[in-house]
Amino acid sequence: MNIKWDKILLGGDPLLVGSQIAIVLTTVGIIAAITYFKKWKWLWNEWLTTVDHKKIGIMYILSAVLMFFRGGVDGLMMKAQTAVPENTFLDAQHYNEVFTTHGVIMILFMAMPMLMGIINLAMPLQIGARDVAFPQLNALSFWLFFSGAMLFNLSFVVGGSPDAGWTSYFPLAGKEFSPGIGNNYYMVALQIAGIGTLASGINFIVTILKMRTKGMTLMKMPMFTWTVLVTSLIIIIAFPIFTVALLLGMMDRLYGTHFFTVEAGGLDMLWANLFWLWGHPEVYIVVLPAFGIYSDIISTFAKKRLYGYTSMVWAVVLISVLSMLVWVHHFFTMGVGPAVNSVFSITTMLIAVPTGIKMFNWLFTMRKGRIEFTTPMLWSLAFIPTFLIGGVTGVMLAMAAADFQYHNTLFLVAHFHYTLIPGVVYAVFAALYYYWPKMFGYKLSEKIGKWHFWLFNIGFNVTFFPMFFLGLNGAVRRAYTYSAESGFSTLFLISAIGSIILAAGFAALVYNIYWSFRYAERNVGNDPWGNGRTLEWSIGSPAPHYNFATLPEVKTIDAFWYMKKEKKGLGLRKSDLKPIHMPSKSWIPVYMGAAFFVFGFMLVFEWHILSIFGGLAVLAGLVFRSFDYNSGYYVPVEEIIETEKWRGEIK
Amino acid sequence: MSMNTNSSLPIEYQSEQSRLNILGFWIFIGAEIILFATLFAVYGVLKPRTANGPSGADIFVIKDVVVQTLLLLTSSFTAGLVIYEMRRNRLKGLILWAVITLLLGGGFLYMEINEFIHYVHSGATMQTSAFLSSLFVLLGTHGAHVTLGIGWAILLMMQLAKRKITPVTAGKVHIWALYWHFLDVIWIFIFTFVYLAGVL
Repeated sequence: MNIKWDKILLGGDPLLVGSQIAIVLTTVGIIAAITYFKKWKWLWNEWLTTVDHKKIGIMYILSAVLMFFRGGVDGLMMKAQTAVPENTFLDAQHYNEVFTTHGVIMILFMAMPMLMGIINLAMPLQIGARDVAFPQLNALSFWLFFSGAMLFNLSFVVGGSPDAGWTSYFPLAGKEFSPGIGNNYYMVALQIAGIGTLASGINFIVTILKMRTKGMTLMKMPMFTWTVLVTSLIIIIAFPIFTVALLLGMMDRLYGTHFFTVEAGGLDMLWANLFWLWGHPEVYIVVLPAFGIYSDIISTFAKKRLYGYTSMVWAVVLISVLSMLVWVHHFFTMGVGPAVNSVFSITTMLIAVPTGIKMFNWLFTMRKGRIEFTTPMLWSLAFIPTFLIGGVTGVMLAMAAADFQYHNTLFLVAHFHYTLIPGVVYAVFAALYYYWPKMFGYKLSEKIGKWHFWLFNIGFNVTFFPMFFLGLNGAVRRAYTYSAESGFSTLFLISAIGSIILAAGFAALVYNIYWSFRYAERNVGNDPWGNGRTLEWSIGSPAPHYNFATLPEVKTIDAFWYMKKEKKGLGLRKSDLKPIHMPSKSWIPVYMGAAFFVFGFMLVFEWHILSIFGGLAVLAGLVFRSFDYNSGYYVPVEEIIETEKWRGEIK
Repeated sequence: MSMNTNSSLPIEYQSEQSRLNILGFWIFIGAEIILFATLFAVYGVLKPRTANGPSGADIFVIKDVVVQTLLLLTSSFTAGLVIYEMRRNRLKGLILWAVITLLLGGGFLYMEINEFIHYVHSGATMQTSAFLSSLFVLLGTHGAHVTLGIGWAILLMMQLAKRKITPVTAGKVHIWALYWHFLDVIWIFIFTFVYLAGVL
């Protein structure tokens, strides 16, 4: 069944027509600006074809901030719709599309790339590497994510968005109940982005296992790097399951197979199981690197070594194991029986143990420390009590019998926002403030940062705390409206007001980025916070493209702290400098992103003959890569001396 | 990243980038194992759900499957000989065994396509029942892997003809061989849990 052209551009709805016009105008405006300033060549050479992990990280973060805006607007639209009972701002279909795209974008196209960006930026610097193990694959990961994100966002104006929730449960998401093409976008765009994530996972594991600098044993690695290693292992185990689930979902929708259908023996709950077999590890994939960020920031600004390092490592490993064993708690109401539910109830509650260990370790790290209340530290401090509320409600939800009451209510929505926002978004903000000087050579304004912090934090609590009570009173999730008799109006209105404060907080961040770009003090030095503990603070800000002029030797954990203390290993000697081998830039990753975009678009629209050509374009990229024997280039010593001038005279 | 070579190791491990690539590929195979395990699990769940259509016992022709198995297992042995010749730096022998490997793999693929055509003609299509959907997708995913492996090997032989056996090309051939053996392992599971369990 082919999709007809008249389905492609959605007319009629003023919101959509407005967005279409805005998208066209923005695109034309960007292209015109680049042409006017003659920046095409620079863009191609410096960014589109780069394999430098730091630039890739910056591109990830930039895309994620844009996606944050898009997902945030979705959230605000939902809050506007439910602010008053019987509201007619969005109709039911439109509301379904909005909460679906909000969930997908916030988790897969905001949280994931934001963390991927921070990992890309910081992890190779923390282990004293010059790049990741496979620089070109790293660029490919980014372009596949970008291509998936763009394809998914296109759905808003071309052909209709997916509307079966971010979990996309069958049979609702199948052709029988959703005949349009909206859910094709879900199946295809997420598949493309997922391949990129899997490649990143492999890349990070090999990097951490093989590229650590001299003397850095596994138990001397910074905590953030440890969490990246464990997270990458979860990616390797969980993402292939999602790959299969999406493939089968796509087969059902495009080629009429019967995996999840109601008829011909299909099994709809098979989707729920496969989805959550990936989906639950996925939420730990986003939260574990965030825990690593908090560990590093808290020990930096409490000026103490991380308390209980070994137990922290074991807690992360234990959480990763348990993450694979709890997926059924997402559908206790499936009716699988008390025995199975009890097992998954207990495994779910067990997660609280290693998480609790980590909480107490952070608190003990701060005990008797001289705490400096910088913006990154404020986010980390706010994380502990807020995340605790999310964790405790999680244990409430873990009781299978009680879950029959909580299931599909706003109580659950409040719970996972209380885990994901303090757990991941606060960490991401903390890391942005913390690493901004390492990316660009200047700090974000602390003053505007405080505004950002307080507005966001207050707004978040005002938005989501009332939802616990709404849920307990019986307000269901994913309902586009409610009646005045239900008595929900007051809490919904408070929640809507909170979301405006939350949005103001995000606006403060955007303003901060603009203001700091214009006015912030430059030349912050290699260690802008004054008490960096790990290797990334031993090199210039922004980091030179080869990272380390000479590879450092590590003797203890928090290596840079002890280098400063003992005044050893900080300077450079001319006799130690040698030409540095670096990977060359490549056009293949960005070509692959484009090829996958075209291929995905054809699949979404079910143009079967054309999609064969799209597939061939992807295969062509693989062939180009196979014949690519470029082995990189050397950075001459003169250039290194020039770049390291900020250290003073190099003898 | 760097260009260090170590000539005391087998040729495919001599360049540092090849060592990283080989480890990365092993991890990728780990991900592939999870992928196929998921497909097997789906097949196991959907196997009894034939929706009044044919079951495995009705359509499997075990004689042909045994021939398929012999072709693929033999190709795994000849892929081993490819690496044996490579480590002795004998390009002609390498190419010869690689061609034989590809012919065996191509034969396997030819039989599998025939098998699919036979199923479709007897009215057992992907759209007939959940059981057949999962059968076609499991076999098709493995078959697509074999097809990619054949195409990949052809590209590598073009590179070998031009560049001869170097630490870089040897690393590539080694990785391809790992992939080829892995597909063989998957086939053994398919043969056991799909075909034998289907007819016995």
